[in-house]
Amino acid sequence: MAPDVSLWPLLGVAVIIAGFVLRFNPMIVVIAAAITTAVIAKYDTVHTLTVIGTGFLKTRNLTLALILPLATIGLLERHGLRQHAQAWIRRFRNASVGQLLIVYLGARELLAAVGLTALGGHVQMVRPLIAPMTEGAAEARHGPLPDRIRHRLRAMAASADNVGLFFGEDIFVAFGAIVLITTFLHEAGIDVEPLHVALWGIPTAVVAFVVHAWRLHRIDAALARELGRATPPADDAPAASNGAAA
Amino acid sequence: MNNALFSLGHLYILAGFVLAFVAVTTALDRRHPRRFGSALFWGFYALVFLVGDLLPPAWIGGGVVAMAVLAGLRRVAPGMHEAPSLADYVARARRLGNKLFLPALAIPGVAVVAALLAKQASVGGVGLLDKGNPTLAAVGMASVVALALACWLTRETPVQGLREARRLVDAMGWALVLPQLLAMLGLVFSDAGVGKAVAWVATHYIAMDVRFVAVAVYVLGMALFTIIMGNGFAAFPVMTGGVGVPVLVGMFHANPASMAAIGMFSGYCGTLMTPMAANFNIVPAALLELPDKNAVIRAQWPTAVSILAANVFLLYFLLPRP
Repeated sequence: MAPDVSLWPLLGVAVIIAGFVLRFNPMIVVIAAAITTAVIAKYDTVHTLTVIGTGFLKTRNLTLALILPLATIGLLERHGLRQHAQAWIRRFRNASVGQLLIVYLGARELLAAVGLTALGGHVQMVRPLIAPMTEGAAEARHGPLPDRIRHRLRAMAASADNVGLFFGEDIFVAFGAIVLITTFLHEAGIDVEPLHVALWGIPTAVVAFVVHAWRLHRIDAALARELGRATPPADDAPAASNGAAA
Repeated sequence: MNNALFSLGHLYILAGFVLAFVAVTTALDRRHPRRFGSALFWGFYALVFLVGDLLPPAWIGGGVVAMAVLAGLRRVAPGMHEAPSLADYVARARRLGNKLFLPALAIPGVAVVAALLAKQASVGGVGLLDKGNPTLAAVGMASVVALALACWLTRETPVQGLREARRLVDAMGWALVLPQLLAMLGLVFSDAGVGKAVAWVATHYIAMDVRFVAVAVYVLGMALFTIIMGNGFAAFPVMTGGVGVPVLVGMFHANPASMAAIGMFSGYCGTLMTPMAANFNIVPAALLELPDKNAVIRAQWPTAVSILAANVFLLYFLLPRP
């Protein structure tokens, strides 16, 4: 059957996929996809640049929350915030990487569910506090970490922030997604209560927490397997005497 | 209406000022390995924030293309930053101890309090926070308050804060600009009818009269579409208009509220798996100084796939029995 819509715009999607697969610089890939799409839509040069410029200008709000906290975080890092966060977590001798990240995941999800999405974020929380604490907790149990493990722990810390935020905020009634859903369905001739949409999000939000918490919990076992058994948590004793006994 | 003390317009100027500082200090930095390319890149980005509303959009478009070319030709690089030894850091950390946490926690803390209490507040007849986006304005206000607190605590000047901001901007590099570029692409895509084309392909080549298949197409389509567009909000109208309302509600009498909630969450699973959602996946990888830019996606995809599978069965079993 012949399509009643043009399928040519999919070429822009193909450019994106090919560009990411071939590992070109993402900025070039995105611009190439935008220009491809504009050529197919028969925009002239000025119109193409206008569309790119207008879109770029309209979305400045996305970068704002990334840029503004940098001066504070940078200043605190200069005075040892990350090192202090690592040392601080070692006081909780039994705290494991899994437990720490599960607590963060749960707190992030619950706070987002009541609308407090500002409590968290990669610039404000993960880089200066959560990631160093994760590394500190792992070092306290397993000694110095190879870079490969250190990087994986940081990535898991970032994932806890994302999963908690995404699956928490969508069960908050006043969140934009719920407004979008009810507005869209209203225009399609279906009226739903925002509260019902929020409540029906809860089963998936619970699944998300359980699945990700289980995966975070498994990090502890993986660390023990890869780095040898946990040394007894004694930060004052010389590491060498514990290593052999463990 | 946007005549607030912390309006988005004012915060754009503040961010533009930070970026302009990065650009100027980069241009003056003789030891910088990619001095002029980097200065040009951050300088133009600063202009977008400072005077973007006054420039013709086509000029901005041209500048964005130039920024992409500079990044693609590897003309954007971090400068040399003084790196204290680990022992220095630990010694400094001892001096301030737990007080270091205060300004860091003040950012989310002040933001939440401001967003909750300051909706009605005004300073000299002008509102405190932008009414259009009070959450973002609250984060901006909290950043200013926290910087003051951090300067007071560490006895540093705000200029040192800007130098540290430059160090972090350098660590992120062009990844900092990527979220905006991708959002721009999403707008171009929907303008050109990419959504309609994807929905047509999804609905015309698949046996939608089988209940389970229809549910799977909706849930997985939301995820796939979000992976392509980088944003569940762009996927929702297309998939729900193309499959959700006509097939799941129309033919199989799904509860619209549960369908929409599960559909949107399926889109979020896509967000966890796509480099197109740069501010959640690529920027953190850059910010955490991970060599693999897809490391965060690698950490997330098993979770996302499991939730998607759960969503398919959840929505399927929630359909009324025939």
